[in-house]
Amino acid sequence: MNDEALWAALSSAEGNAHLSRARDGMPTLEWLQPAGWLEAAALLKADPRFQFDLLLDVSGMDYHAYGQVEWRTEPATRSGFSRGVYESEQPYCASWNKPRFAVVYHFVSTVLNHRLRVRVFAENNDMPVVPSVFSIWNAANWYEREAFDLFGIHFEGHPDLRRLLTDYGFVGHPFRKDFPLIGEVELRYDAKEGRCVYEPVSIAPRTLVPKVIRMDNRYLPDEGVS
Amino acid sequence: MSELRNYTVNFGPQHPAAHGVLRLIMELDGEVITRLDPHIGLLHRATEKLAESKPYNQSIGYMDRLDYVSMMCNEHAYVLAIEKLLGITAPIRAQYIRVLFDELTRILNHLLWLGAHALDVGAMTVFLYTFREREDLMDCYEAVSGTRMHATYYRPGGVYRDLPDTMPQYKVSRWSDEKVTRDRNAARSGSLLGFIADFTERFPKLIDEYETLLTDNRIWKQRTVGIGVVSPERALNLGFTGPMLRGSGVAWDLRQSQPYAVYDRLSFNVAVGRNGDCYDRYLVRIQEMRESNCLMQHCIAWLRNNPGPVMADAPKVVPPKREVMKRDMEALIHHFKLFTEGYTVPEGEAYAAVEHPKGEFGVYLVSDGANKPYRVKIRAASYPHLAAMDEMCRGHMIADLVAMVSSIDVVFGEVDR
Repeated sequence: MNDEALWAALSSAEGNAHLSRARDGMPTLEWLQPAGWLEAAALLKADPRFQFDLLLDVSGMDYHAYGQVEWRTEPATRSGFSRGVYESEQPYCASWNKPRFAVVYHFVSTVLNHRLRVRVFAENNDMPVVPSVFSIWNAANWYEREAFDLFGIHFEGHPDLRRLLTDYGFVGHPFRKDFPLIGEVELRYDAKEGRCVYEPVSIAPRTLVPKVIRMDNRYLPDEGVS
Repeated sequence: MSELRNYTVNFGPQHPAAHGVLRLIMELDGEVITRLDPHIGLLHRATEKLAESKPYNQSIGYMDRLDYVSMMCNEHAYVLAIEKLLGITAPIRAQYIRVLFDELTRILNHLLWLGAHALDVGAMTVFLYTFREREDLMDCYEAVSGTRMHATYYRPGGVYRDLPDTMPQYKVSRWSDEKVTRDRNAARSGSLLGFIADFTERFPKLIDEYETLLTDNRIWKQRTVGIGVVSPERALNLGFTGPMLRGSGVAWDLRQSQPYAVYDRLSFNVAVGRNGDCYDRYLVRIQEMRESNCLMQHCIAWLRNNPGPVMADAPKVVPPKREVMKRDMEALIHHFKLFTEGYTVPEGEAYAAVEHPKGEFGVYLVSDGANKPYRVKIRAASYPHLAAMDEMCRGHMIADLVAMVSSIDVVFGEVDR
């Protein structure tokens, strides 16, 4: 992979985007608002220096609970984590100062053999809208429908933005971080009425293993400290 | 003049040719498809959200259940993504074992595909043949991991254990007398590697056997040549990867272009089609099985001569050995913490892709520094292929639709996730 050439081309070409290298080494472009993204997308496909002809993946992101833990481990604790039915209390939040919803694209160029990740944030947290790239890469069709279905992100200009994965008549966007893992309704067959009925779930959410953030990774080889 | 009207017909979700739970709403003009609307999600289990609620290692088993005919390849992508975030690499022997089992899985997948595809198109015999061979490969899965399908064999840092020295053997029973049992056990007297080596020697002849049934078969050609043609430009635009892209004539194979594990040490050819129809995709997959067979032989030869560790030396991630735990307090603590809480992963994001039998299978992981992934996104290989069904099928007959559904090699565990 001619990584340096791509890096140089990206840093010269991308105006209002932020270029960085992710932990896996992949160049990552980030737009804090969707303005400018669509023009850049067309360039990424057409420009002979990039030629990203294959859109591999479009992934919705919800940063609502980013950095929040279910059990604080840094201060000393008197009690362990109770594995009973548990409501997350005093969530600890690392400072997340960017918009809540984003869309992450992964591209590869089969001609030049390099990869790129693009993250585009939607400005409005209540009504996230991002322009559709369907007209540039047709592969975006179902990926954008999926992100719309699971995260409620709207793609402006998508020809057929319908739900894709969830049930017919489903309410809500299940992959948002404030959507409970156990769901909101349960389905059963009602013999009296002779049909299936939806009811609010009768079980309570239960966390078996708490989410914790520790500094354990300082022991990893590339972190330098042993 | 009589009124002309198109019919709207529902196909599936319970249909023997739907390869799982595919529902298609077809608009028909006579027997010709004018519009196709696939409805997916009937097998949606929210694997990604489930994985976000569990420590990293507990989700490896979910990966097996995505594309449940190429289990270990799914695990490979997930494990690679974790390793990228952690900054660890598996020992070289573990990487060879991974390649060996990736290729074994590719054969496993293509055999099922071939059998099911032929069955859909109307050839019954191939199905019986391919399942005979699949049984041997399933035994390899079982010998190495204890289960026939959902192996959970790859772990961050390597593989769960080294290859076993013995193969399980058949016992004499009411259905197989002593002589039959002896024949069945003939290849099982040595190690697992010996058993796989025996398989790789037999297998090319068996592929010839399938090919005599299909490749020059007049009916087979009538049903597949010129059906579902996708041009290279369209294939790229629609996000095709794997045999679907190579069938259209684009020589793109991650194992060669962006090698992972030890593929850069192995030499093999990439099969490329020309016309982008069902027949070329069939030829590509047949050739891939032959190449996989050679790759397995390379790996076996290397693995026989190079013993070594199969797990990285990273005690904060890799559970300690039983015997070490008996004498080392620290190992015991590590074991307890790893199995109750798991390991925390540095903040960051990683995308790892493997050349899965169906195309590029990718796992995108975002970590906020916790013991659970913040976001897991699985790039299912056959998802964009299925999305292109509408374009591929327009203007074809209903009978060709069945050939096309099976030629894209779709598995709903992975499409619906």
